[in-house]
Amino acid sequence: MEMPAPDQFTLSRKTEIVARLRAALSADVVIDDPAETKAYECDALSAYRCPPLAVVLPHSTEEVVIALKICNEMNVPVVPRGAGTSLAGGALPTADSVIIGVARMNDVLECDYKNRVIRVQTGRTNLSVTGAVEEDEFFYAPDPSSQLACAIAGNIAMNSGGAHCLKYGVTSNNLMGVKLVTMQGDILDIGGSHLDADGLDLLGVICGSEGQLGIVTEATLRILHKPEGALPVLMGFDSNEVAGACVSDIIRAGVLPVAIEFMDRPCIRATEAFAGAGYPDCEALLIVEVEGSDLEIEEQLDKILDIAKTHNPVELRRASDAAEAGRIWLGRKSAFGAMGQINDYMCLDGTIPVSQLPYVLRRISELSAEFGLDVGNVFHAGDGNMHPLILYNANKEGDLEKCEAFGAEILKLCVEVGGCLTGEHGVGIEKRDLMSVQFSALDLEAQMKIKDVFDPKWLLNAAKVFPLDVTQSRRDGCPQ
Amino acid sequence: MRQTFKFKDEQDLAGFVRERVDPIFITGGQTRGVDLEYDRIDMTGISGIVDYEPGALTMVAKAGTTLQHIEEVLKAEGQQLAFEPTTLNNTLGTSGDSTIGGVFATNASGPRRIQAGAARDFLLGVRYVDGLGNVIKNGGRVMKNVTGYDVVKLIAGSWGTLGLLSEVSFKVLPMPVAQATLVISGIDTDVAVDVMTSTLNTAFDVNGVAFDIAEQRAYVRLEGFEKSVKYRTKSLIEILGTQSDIIVYEDSESANLWSNIRTLSAISSQSGDLWKISVRPTDGPKLVQRLALVSGIMDWSGGLIWTKLEAGKAARDILGEFQGHAVNLSAKTGLKFSNTNSALTYLHGAIRNKFDPKGIFNPGLMG
Repeated sequence: MEMPAPDQFTLSRKTEIVARLRAALSADVVIDDPAETKAYECDALSAYRCPPLAVVLPHSTEEVVIALKICNEMNVPVVPRGAGTSLAGGALPTADSVIIGVARMNDVLECDYKNRVIRVQTGRTNLSVTGAVEEDEFFYAPDPSSQLACAIAGNIAMNSGGAHCLKYGVTSNNLMGVKLVTMQGDILDIGGSHLDADGLDLLGVICGSEGQLGIVTEATLRILHKPEGALPVLMGFDSNEVAGACVSDIIRAGVLPVAIEFMDRPCIRATEAFAGAGYPDCEALLIVEVEGSDLEIEEQLDKILDIAKTHNPVELRRASDAAEAGRIWLGRKSAFGAMGQINDYMCLDGTIPVSQLPYVLRRISELSAEFGLDVGNVFHAGDGNMHPLILYNANKEGDLEKCEAFGAEILKLCVEVGGCLTGEHGVGIEKRDLMSVQFSALDLEAQMKIKDVFDPKWLLNAAKVFPLDVTQSRRDGCPQ
Repeated sequence: MRQTFKFKDEQDLAGFVRERVDPIFITGGQTRGVDLEYDRIDMTGISGIVDYEPGALTMVAKAGTTLQHIEEVLKAEGQQLAFEPTTLNNTLGTSGDSTIGGVFATNASGPRRIQAGAARDFLLGVRYVDGLGNVIKNGGRVMKNVTGYDVVKLIAGSWGTLGLLSEVSFKVLPMPVAQATLVISGIDTDVAVDVMTSTLNTAFDVNGVAFDIAEQRAYVRLEGFEKSVKYRTKSLIEILGTQSDIIVYEDSESANLWSNIRTLSAISSQSGDLWKISVRPTDGPKLVQRLALVSGIMDWSGGLIWTKLEAGKAARDILGEFQGHAVNLSAKTGLKFSNTNSALTYLHGAIRNKFDPKGIFNPGLMG
């Protein structure tokens, strides 16, 4: 993955830039010691690293405003950062950029159960939003796998999903308002505790804009009352086709599970060896979870099992209590770790129409043979969001490049069958150069025009999302 | 003399826009009150369902397809548009059939919005013609998609000012097999908002909470499988306690109640301008009091007030100190919005100018 060459003039002004930031901000906010900035060289896409010019960790929105105004005035590129858990390189800096991280801003500002909202600073982690309300039986629904570590700022930037979004939606559907600081240092309050937009739905386009339109310092999030309970059922099938047909039949029957997770044989075997969850050795495995009271769970699971039985399952296991539920989820939750034990892996995130599942899995296994790299599939089957895990050896020369080429083929396949490059991880640098596969030049231009409005100098996270050649003239400062 | 232009497909439409220099008024089913004094584009020629996958809960349709047709096709598979689009013909005195493009362009969400989400939350992908006549796509037909900017949401609710929707893809949901509504009578707005917020904030998946101001009656809806609805009805009655006057309406009776709320039948015969006011639910009663309303519907747990007011009122005056927004849906010459932040006003104008540099799409609307 290529990154633009750093601007030499900006690099030469490092001392001056850091001095101006230091003079304007509290003592501990600006970091430029290379030993200390090391932690900010990469995010969770750790194959790519670059030390930034400096790191700014503000304590308040006002400090974010000050830092952005200085960077804007001095034409310094800015890379916003939440918790640095992006799998797509969304927080990867360039050598001429200042990272502005919101990690220190993690307070709960308002908790309003009657109106079902919580207002937080965006450095707060996803799970600790639920943590702030769970004593009162409430929760924040989007649940990305990294929820223990990832920040709400990053969730908003990437429009994060999770296993339970089949029922509850993704970040965008649970975000009611933001405080956004633009590159020029203007503070915008958009949305709030009331529903829907006054005028254009700016909130909708800010969510998922990968830190390219501004830095979100506060968010108003919808919180919901917890369901009475939830239980999963595990089913094993002899073929991916049959498992795919079963998913479709469950959905058509009017049952709306909160999660439908799918694992294929390579993934099942890896997780068995790693976690010993007692999964059957079969071609495809589904975990379907439903919510409600005991009676409601029973009613839904009965329907689901009746449907499953018409597809000749090799295994049906119904959890009757929390301990059994935990064992069913154990393998799925350790799938990534299990694959990581075998080798390094790259996790893809394309989405496909559910009906294309068997075809896409077959093609992936053919491509796996062609490239000579193993792949395991684990994904959210209810919404078609795949997570193929390609195994490679980072220490073997050329393996990463081969893995990336294989990954690109899978993502092109997702687009070809009517899907998209990324369902919940975001484009970042990882899928940036594939954007032209999914979008025409005009489609991309329409998106970039929105950035022109918010950030006319293209200083905010500008080397992401769009192919570098497409953004070249804008990044070089040519007015649009 | 005003002309009306109608097109058979997206390319045809795009060609027209490329050549067009004068302002144009964009219409779907003409079920809303807006009527701008320009030549008119009638979008109903570009219609038809393109793709429907019940097992994936997704449909793709051309924008001029009528809402009625789409709802019929979905019903045959036991599915529906979960955001329950509002139908305002009776209240606005308009006729015609809503188009699916119009539904998304106006983000017309009904009672279930409080639980299931708004029209914009169900819109997965769009094809549109921008102000220069380019055909643009964004999003797709899959439920999870974060590839590039979410222009889909920006276009939803933009009332045609950013582009002419030619095709929409959207998520649908199963139609519940059973429903019940608890009707709580003889309560004022303060008590009503307590009843609505407290029932919504339970584990029982309430998906409709509305209050009829004149009748002093609150409605709390449950939907799902039969046993589940019965169980949750009983649970809610226990929560509300026996002191309240509660009657339970089931299935078709319940459905009729919500159809009346969705069409605003309580205020449809009244004169005046139809206002849609969105505030935080607990501010609802204060606003009702400040405006001295004697009739209207409080939906969305009290956060959405539908009411008729004498002509000539301004949105800002209606809202006063309350956070939220107010829109006059009867204004023929254009909806005005209540935003007063200059940086936001700039962004709105600048985005609109990028999408429609000639300024030909519905000028005056959403000003």
